[in-house]
Order: sequence, then C-alpha cells, then structure tokens
Amino acid sequence: MTAAVAPPAPGSHRLAAAHIGVAVAAFGVASAMGVLQGLSIADVNFPWRSESLYYLSVTAHGVLMALVFTTFFIMGLGYALAQATLGRITGRGAGWFAFWLAAIGSVAAAATILMGQSTVLYTFYPPLQAHPLFYIGATLLVVGSWIWGGVMIASYRAWRREHPGVPAPLPMHGMLATIILWYLATFGLAVEVVVMLIPWSLGWVATIDPVLARTFFWWFGHPLVYFWLMPAYVVWYNVLPRAAGGRLFSDPLTRMVFILFLLLSTPVGFHHQFADPGISAGWKLLHTFTTYAVLYPSFVTAFTVIASLEVAGRLKGAKGLFDWIGRLPWGDPLFASVALAMLSFTFGGFGGAINAAYAMNSMVHNTAWIMGHFHLVLGTTVALTFMGATYWLLPRLLGRDLRFPGLARAQPYLWFLGMVLFSISYHIAGLRGLPRRVYSAALSGADGARWHGLTEIAAVGGVILFLSALWFVIVVVATWVGGRRLATPATFEFAVPLRPVTAPGVWDRFGLWTAVAIGLVALAYAWPIAHLLMHPRFGSPPFKPF
Amino acid sequence: MHVELYERIWMWAAAGVIAVFLGTIVLTAGLHAIQPPSHIETIDPATLSQDPEFGDPKVTARPDGGVVVSVRAEMFSFTPDPIEVPANRPVTFRLTSADVIHGFEIVGTNANAMAIPGYVSQFTVSFANPGEYLIACNEYCGLMHHNMVGKLIVKEEAP
Ligand code: HEM
Ligand SMILES: [Cu+2]
Ligand SMILES: [Cu+2]
Repeated sequence: MTAAVAPPAPGSHRLAAAHIGVAVAAFGVASAMGVLQGLSIADVNFPWRSESLYYLSVTAHGVLMALVFTTFFIMGLGYALAQATLGRITGRGAGWFAFWLAAIGSVAAAATILMGQSTVLYTFYPPLQAHPLFYIGATLLVVGSWIWGGVMIASYRAWRREHPGVPAPLPMHGMLATIILWYLATFGLAVEVVVMLIPWSLGWVATIDPVLARTFFWWFGHPLVYFWLMPAYVVWYNVLPRAAGGRLFSDPLTRMVFILFLLLSTPVGFHHQFADPGISAGWKLLHTFTTYAVLYPSFVTAFTVIASLEVAGRLKGAKGLFDWIGRLPWGDPLFASVALAMLSFTFGGFGGAINAAYAMNSMVHNTAWIMGHFHLVLGTTVALTFMGATYWLLPRLLGRDLRFPGLARAQPYLWFLGMVLFSISYHIAGLRGLPRRVYSAALSGADGARWHGLTEIAAVGGVILFLSALWFVIVVVATWVGGRRLATPATFEFAVPLRPVTAPGVWDRFGLWTAVAIGLVALAYAWPIAHLLMHPRFGSPPFKPF
Repeated sequence: MHVELYERIWMWAAAGVIAVFLGTIVLTAGLHAIQPPSHIETIDPATLSQDPEFGDPKVTARPDGGVVVSVRAEMFSFTPDPIEVPANRPVTFRLTSADVIHGFEIVGTNANAMAIPGYVSQFTVSFANPGEYLIACNEYCGLMHHNMVGKLIVKEEAP
C-alpha cells in the first residue's frame, strides 16, 4: 500500500498542516478556559470570576473543542491520509477556499461569543437566541467541511480511475465512511440552523418550536460523536499497530466496522431526548435499539486492535500470556497517547451503555456525570488520539523533528492522570445529583454538601489537564518554528494486514451502504418528525438572559 | 471473509452481551412499565399566565389518593415552591416552561425531566422516604441558572 505511492512534492502537505495548526490553536485557547471553569464550579473565587464570564467561557470552550478543534483536525488528517495513500489531493484550490471559509466562520462565531452576545452554550437550544453571526459562522464552518469532503471524494475517484479492481487503501476507506456519515449528520444540522435558527435570529420569523429544533440538533449531535471517533479509529487501526511494530489483525473486519458506524450512528438521536416531551416512548425505544447496536463495531474494534498489538509484542519475542504488553513502545508519544485513549474508552463506553438505558439515564441526565462521561470519550479517547496523531503527523507534514521529545513522551500520561481525577469526581458528583453547567456547585447555597470535596478534586484534575495541554502546545509550536529539519522527510507508513484483501468486497460498496444508511435515518425520523409537524404547536419568541 | 476463530467467538459474545442489555430494557419496559417521560401535549407559552392549570399551578388531590403536581418553570424559579406531596402515593408531575428550556431534577431520585416552552412534560413517580428534597434546574437557562432551585417536601401519610 505504501510502496505504490511516489514521494510527495515539497509543500504538498501544506494544506494539511494549516488545518492542524488551527486545530491546535483552538485546543490551546479552550484548555485555558476549561481550567478556569473547573475552578469556578469548585467555587474558588479567582479574580474576574463572574457568572457572565463563566457561561460565556463554557460556550466558547464547548464550541472551540467540540466543533473547531475536532473538525479542523479531522480535515487536516484527511488531507494527510489522502496525500499519503492516494498520492494526490484533487482540487487543492477548493481545499484552500474551504479552509478560509471554515476559519473565518469559526472566528466570526467565536467573536460573537467573546463579546457576550451568544452565551447559548455549544448546544444553542432555542428559545435562547444568539447573535445571527454565531449561526452564520457555524454554517460557514460546516460548509467548509462539506467542500473538504468533496475534495477528498474527488481525490479518491481520480485514484480509483487509475486503479480499477483494487480495494481502497484502508485509511481512505475509513475516511470515506466518515465523510458520508458527516453529510448525513449535517443534513439535520442544516435544517435546524438554516431553516429554523437563522431566519428567527434575523427576526424574519417571530417564533420557533424548541422540540423540533432539538430533534434536528440531535439528528446531528450523536453522529457528530462518530465523526470524531471514526478518524480516531482510522489511527488506531492503521497507524498504531505500525508504531508498535505489528500487523493489522484483520483487513475485512476493519472495513466492516466503518460501514457499521456509517449505518448505525445516525438513527439514534432520541437517546439524547429521553427526558423530552413531544416524542413517544415507542420511538425512544427504537432509538435505544440502534444505540446499543452501535456498540457492536466498537466491541469488534477492541479485539482487532488489541490483537494487532499482541502480534507486535510477539514479533518482538514475547512468549507468555501477557508479557507482550510490556514489549510495546510505551515511551513513544503516539503509542502512549493512543493506548491511554483506548483505555479511557473502555470506561467511557461502559458509562455510555448506562446513559443509553433510559431507566438509568434518568439518574444521570444533565448532571455532572455527563460532563465526566464526555471528557472521557471526547476529551480523552478522541482528543488524546488526536494529540498523539499530531506528534506522528508533524515530522511528516513539516519535515522537522519533534522538539522536546521528553515533554511529548510524558504529556499523555499527565493528561490521563488529570482526567482520572476530573472524570471520576464528576461521575460521582453527578450520581449524587450535581447539575451540569453550573457557575458554582454551591448552587444557591443549598445542599452543596452532597458533592463537597468532589468538585475540588475535579478542579485539581483540571489544573493537571491544563498543564498537559500546555506541554502539548509547547511541543507543537517549538517543532513548527524550531524543529531540526530532516534530511529526508519522515514517510507515512501504515500497518500491513496479516491477510490483505486483494479485491473490493461487499464492505467497499459505498453506494449501496449510503443508500441503506439514508433508509435507516428515514425509518428512524420520518414518522416522529411528521407527527410533531402535524400536532398543533406553539412557537417561542427569543430570549437572551445573558 | 476470513475471520479468525477467536475473533469469531468474540463477535458472537459481543452480540450476546448487547442482546442481554436490550432484553433487560424491553422486559422492564413491558413488565414494570418503566418508560421515559414521553407525554405529547402542547400549550401556548404566550398565554400561560391565564392558563387555568399553569396560571396558578398547584398540587391537587386525585380520587385514588395520589396527587397531581402542576409546575411552571421560569427564569429563575419553580412555582409552586415548596411542593408538598404524600409519601408512597403516585405523584404525577405536569411541567412546562414560561420562557426558555429548564430542567426539573429532584436530587437523589430518578425524577428528571425537561421543561420545554410550548410542551407539557408528564411523568408519575412515588416517594418512599419522607423528608425534604432539593429540586434543581439542570438545563442552562441564563446567567442565574445555578441559582434556580426549589424544594420538595414529602410528608408521612396521616395514619
Ligand atoms: C484542559 C482540559 C479540560 C478541562 C480542564 C475541561 C473542563 C471543562 C469544564 C469544567 C467544563 C464545564 C462543564 C459544565 O459547566 O457543566 C467543560 C465543558 C466542556 N468541555 Fe471541557 N475540559 C477540558 C478539555 C476538553 C476537551 C479536550 C474537550 C473536547 C475535545 C472538551 C469538551 C467540552 C465540551 C464540549 C464542554 C461543554 C459542555 C456543555 O456545554 O455542557 N473539554 N470542560
Ligand atoms: Cu432553569
Ligand atoms: Cu437552569
């Protein structure tokens, strides 16, 4: 797979590098906000602390982390993989246009947040109303990502014409499934934002239906999780075993896993609306089925990836049942990041299975438990994988050696330590009832004792997380401006399957699977949405309590 | 498609685990009628103050000994407050919002639902333990969101 591609022309990775740069900048800024939020929840009275700054900061942190950092990183990773496995990016000009569109959109949205005009949190549920530029900026970010998807698909089709009869390179197969999923998911978001929110925020329509808006939001919101997770899996399957010195255990199952995610991760949104009126219990149950089904590809991933690592350990001479674990490169920043990310996912996935059971969900819905949960799965499984992948990408994109490799080696462990304190504390506090998104866990002075001590431990975890984030940003910036130039740029090498697939099989039929995925979404949403639309409803005027 | 034996076993086991999870949920949904609050009823938030039920929401007794509690959430309070209900009786909460989305969480219990303007949330619970409970808004609703709390008093049944 790697041998077939000619070495890239100088500068061919500039587009990818630009995206990674924006991602890291967003991550750094948002991390600084995160630590202050943790302190505020623990009721530490630092200077300038105020309610309006707190909620403004949570909005900015959520948008920058969940939407800007992730989307830009994924776009950059996609370009790097296309260049490395297909030997081309078809439509580089469009790629740069999309980059600027997304960057300008993100800056516009962030500016309205920082000016205090869009303190609506990253979920922007109406009838809270943000500045119109907040919605328009977010739209530009998404349109930029659509163009990115188009460039990626065009690159693949150009390669395909020259390579008939061979399956797509595995890393591209995963990215293509991710892109198709992204189109499916953002359709829901586009309806919410373009049809409902923008006209309402400009005053063209007076009222909005909050449940309908939430339904379209979560049509988008859950597959958004897989839009983050699938590129992380691309790294786990294709890069991690290679870094460990092993082979990929199974090629066809890898393809199956990505197709299952494409099929199952959109028709599940009602599991975010268990506590909502306006949607019947039967449909919530149906979405519960698909929610549990989407656990399946992750179970398969656990086996394939861990088996690939065992192969690596055995190739290095491990004999016993477990000593292959000790032979893995725990000092390699990419390996350590991804291994710890996977470990977090075993706990995060377990928590997710609890959230998805609606009887248990009602114990934790909208409590600090949720915050503890998504900082494990998004804030660690995904973000730590992306940090590790950045260490792997930079020498290949920039042709420079990593600066401060010692910091890079220790940083993932520090993150993990901080997250253990942060996440466990908030999980327990949530079980005891601490609501999420609160300026102070003392609430109005009532009942803070139930979670006393826990929010303080979480704040310590937040400080450690921030230190770790700082080390990461220092390594990236120092490498960018002062890393030693490599005589020959580091090459992209991917894990070779034990038994490579030689001809396209059923899991390579993207047209077919896209059609099935659309069918499933229609099945899951057509009737509940039609039912809502037919019911007599009363809209809400805008509110700006910030 | 070639799949190694051990992986095949793992895949069947994973499918089995998921089937058990789902089976549990379906069984409890069927046998104990454990369902999420999923009531479908709409109401005009603009005229809420004149609404016979939510204009002056209160606790009303039901013939079967249970009570219905109508609650209006708004920035940044719940009405009525405090709410008094009997222990060990079915308590049906009916919940709506006069402005933005709020949450209604009775801390330490599994009573937890969204108050959404234009809609009425409804669910029934019963409280075994008399005492005072904290009600917290658990959806961001503005700068005083963390101050939006109420009180539930569960009273021992009169002998
Ligand atoms: C330095 C590390 C981090 C710290 C200390 C931190 C801390 C926090 C805190 C305290 C909150 C406030 C939650 C609330 O008020 O309920 C929060 C929210 C959030 N965090 Fe982080 N976080 C960190 C990293 C991340 C990362 C890496 C991601 C994702 C890539 C992330 C995603 C989010 C999101 C999406 C929210 C918004 C939640 C909401 O609106 O309810 N965070 N974070
Ligand atoms: Cu509220
Ligand atoms: Cu609130």
